[in-house]
Amino acid sequence: MTDVEMRDASDDSLQPVRILIDELKSDDVQVRLTSIRGLSTIATALGPERTRNELLPFLKESTDDEDDVLIAMAECLGEFCPLVGGPDHAHHVLAVLEVLCGAEETKAREHAVQSIVNIINQMSKEQVAQHAYPLAKRLAEGDWFTMYTSACGLFPALYPQLTNDQRTEFRGFYKKFVSNSAPIVRRAASANLGKFIREIELEYVTSEMLPLFAITAADEQDSVRFLSVETCVALAAKLAPEDAEKLILPTIKSLITDSSWRVRYMAADKFCGLSAIGNDSVKAEMVGQFIALLRDAEPEVRTAAASKISEYCSMVSESTIINQILPVARELVQDPSEHVRASLASNVMGLAPHLGKEKTLEHLQDIFLKLLKDEVPEVRLNVISKLDAVNKVVGVDPLSQSLLPAIMELAEDRQWRVRLAIINYIPLLASQLGVEFFDEKLADLCLSWLGDQVYSIREAATINLQKLIEVFGVEWAQSNIIPKVLNLYSHQNYLYRMTTLASIAALAKVMGPEAIDSTLLPLVLGMATDHVPNIRFNACKALEASIPHVTETCRETRIKPVLTKLYNEDTDNDVKFFANKALQVLNSCNA
Amino acid sequence: MASMAPRWRFSQLFGEKNPVEEVSDVDIVSAIEFDETGEFIAVGDRGGRVVVFEQARDTKADQSDFKFYAEFQSHEPEFDYLKSLEIEEKINKIRWCKRHNNAHFLLTTNDKTIKLWKLFEKNIKKIEENSPRDGLSFPSMNVTESVVAAVPRRVFSNAHAYHINSISLNSDSETYISADDLRINLWNLEISDQSFNIVDIKPENMEELTEVITSAEFHPVQCNLFMYSSSKGTIKLGDMRSSALCDQHAKSYEEEEDPANKSFFSEIISSISDCKFSGDGRYILSRDYLTLKIWDMNMEAKPVKTIKIHEHLRTKLCDLYENDCIFDKFECHLSADGSKLVTGSYNNMFYVYDWETDVVTSIDANKNYPSGDIRTTPMAQKKRESEDSMDWNKKCLHVAQHPHEDLIAVGASNNLFLYSANKEE
Repeated sequence: MTDVEMRDASDDSLQPVRILIDELKSDDVQVRLTSIRGLSTIATALGPERTRNELLPFLKESTDDEDDVLIAMAECLGEFCPLVGGPDHAHHVLAVLEVLCGAEETKAREHAVQSIVNIINQMSKEQVAQHAYPLAKRLAEGDWFTMYTSACGLFPALYPQLTNDQRTEFRGFYKKFVSNSAPIVRRAASANLGKFIREIELEYVTSEMLPLFAITAADEQDSVRFLSVETCVALAAKLAPEDAEKLILPTIKSLITDSSWRVRYMAADKFCGLSAIGNDSVKAEMVGQFIALLRDAEPEVRTAAASKISEYCSMVSESTIINQILPVARELVQDPSEHVRASLASNVMGLAPHLGKEKTLEHLQDIFLKLLKDEVPEVRLNVISKLDAVNKVVGVDPLSQSLLPAIMELAEDRQWRVRLAIINYIPLLASQLGVEFFDEKLADLCLSWLGDQVYSIREAATINLQKLIEVFGVEWAQSNIIPKVLNLYSHQNYLYRMTTLASIAALAKVMGPEAIDSTLLPLVLGMATDHVPNIRFNACKALEASIPHVTETCRETRIKPVLTKLYNEDTDNDVKFFANKALQVLNSCNA
Repeated sequence: MASMAPRWRFSQLFGEKNPVEEVSDVDIVSAIEFDETGEFIAVGDRGGRVVVFEQARDTKADQSDFKFYAEFQSHEPEFDYLKSLEIEEKINKIRWCKRHNNAHFLLTTNDKTIKLWKLFEKNIKKIEENSPRDGLSFPSMNVTESVVAAVPRRVFSNAHAYHINSISLNSDSETYISADDLRINLWNLEISDQSFNIVDIKPENMEELTEVITSAEFHPVQCNLFMYSSSKGTIKLGDMRSSALCDQHAKSYEEEEDPANKSFFSEIISSISDCKFSGDGRYILSRDYLTLKIWDMNMEAKPVKTIKIHEHLRTKLCDLYENDCIFDKFECHLSADGSKLVTGSYNNMFYVYDWETDVVTSIDANKNYPSGDIRTTPMAQKKRESEDSMDWNKKCLHVAQHPHEDLIAVGASNNLFLYSANKEE
């Protein structure tokens, strides 16, 4: 190739990149966004040197853009280390990210910090000292609060790479952040304190970080205090047990009994992490605190505590569970707030494995039997969804007597979404309750749903049948289900005939060729001559669905003639269209 | 001593210089707010526009003048198709956020939608045309000029069934409340598609409706306290720490009505049009139709002081009911140290009360005579306005005070007046 030709060839391949670059300066935000997402493509095409000298300065000037563009920019730049020629040149990328660390959009700052951390992890210690450390220092000493919040996010990752003097300096910065006048800075400091502490040497944790933790835990702003709960967990992991008990337990206790319900909520949420410290007497005391949270005045706190019951009970002894936790759980069964009861229902079943069969029957059964009779459907549904935990321990018989009325009631609930939810649990229940139980009690129910008034229920019922066949097998379906499904065909209302067709389409996937041939196909082919066009073209759709699953002879001798006839002779355009579509699938199958 | 009181004088006027025959409705001022530093004033009007003025940094004068900084169209008129109602674009309230970087943020609201606006200086870049070259060429940019741009960063909509009357930012700089006639919602500035309802006074049966919420504000220091005033003359304090739903008030400030004064209009004129916390959060100022009341946070039974604004109107309540002026909502404001109160009245008059020394300054915000007619007298000697010359259409509904200086901004129809004071030696 001549030089000119080569250049032309390369020009063509660069055209997409040229377009991307042009779009970087477009007036339309969406166009700019797409372009920014393709930054690595542009950088690769430009090569490391031009990326450093042209692309990055351009980006640095473009940082007063829309939030979404800045977020995308921050994300992309995290991958730029190889594109600028390796860690040696990575500081050019850091320059752009530093500007993004001052953006007012929180997500943009967070992504920028994350990208900086990514790049730092690829740098050598000297490079970190030369570039990353000054950057962090500039952020910490900057003019704007947004820079301080980014600094708080950056320090934990940077700290291990610093010299001792630098570490002392950074701990000093953090101290200032924790006492800053702006709540936004104190919140960032409190949120990152746990991560920071994990990186700091133990002696400094005790001498310098603990006082900072105490400040955040006593802050007048609720939003700073409740972030300090998370820090407790980090401290508990870091300190030796005796120290933890002496130094942070009092603060933990005050947070659990804080006047603001939001702080108590966080304490309930993180309770398992908090209660991991201390010796036996402390642990016993923590049980009392947990119970206090379960009895809290604010329903939101009770909900959070109830959602942690099973997790917490895995940390305490069996007798504690039976004697102390379960009585409170019984109270919660009648809690006035439905959210508390629903949360309890989701979680209390998880206690069964901890108690073993007899104790579960003795102590736990009455709780979930009562919950099964709750007036709010969500509570009942939550119980049923967690049945397998109990089933593994106790087996199905004790449950079946009370379970069945509950299921029946939910299945006939006026709200169709409740009916939908119970349908979705049926395959799970069926697999645990076994085939005889199912046949006896639940089979009719499943079939009645096929005739429900709401389309979504009929559709879900069809899918349900398909899943049941996967659980119980084809022969069972042949003898029990299929005859009844096919009966629906004789219904006068065409919507129910449609349901039959939809079922057949779904069942065809799992039934196997002989079954389809003998039982399903005759019906479908019959429906292809129904007087309602909707039925006819849905029959075509059902045929199309079953074509891949039947034998070739079947296709040629039985299906093809019917489809061809419909395609050629039917008066309705939609029927012709779907017949043609099915024929094409058929031909490609044969090919 | 009167000589210790600040002497107020006219400072600036923004608006039409010459008297205009018909004042266009869309230009009428509907909201005024200083930012926390006092360097910026935002003014909203009925046409949905917001104009921002900046204090010029003039080191030689002890009080610098304001000049135009930015203007933007905040809200547009909308139509609610479901209820077949027009939604006015009139700006009801403006609140500035605390500054966290070199841009300004403010919240503006009309009847239904709240918007968070960012004001910043934008470099307009001119792209140099790319010279045709082989391979890739990069655009180079030249900065040509710097303008102030306003961009809506968040839109908080669809959370209020009734008309929004107030918004207030929390001291945590992260959350704010918005109040309509029956409900108060808590928002996070970062999240525009979710809001928590914390107060709901809607009765089960709307026929039993007897009172509505007229104003709501967060405590300036404590992040968990907020207050809301009602049309029945009560102020309720809510504590967000004690429960998630604050329908149960922590404190209720209400004065027993003097039975002698009871009349057909008693309840209407007791409706509180505006309530504000003092800067340190120890006092609450409330304005009902005829009076200003100052409450101590710790005393719920009666106010510390009641100031009569235009008591002579009490005999005219019938006429005022006929022309609907009895429902006018006057704003009130406290100075940062809590000593001076300002509120407006009719005839373009507004009053600055120093309630500790019992001195009132009556000011006529009239652009034809801007310098005259500023009188400072002890409260007992305040001049009664001549009843014949009362112009009910000239009212100073909107007032704002500078956070640290003695500077007051007053809206009178389509004009913004600034009055400042220096202390006499």
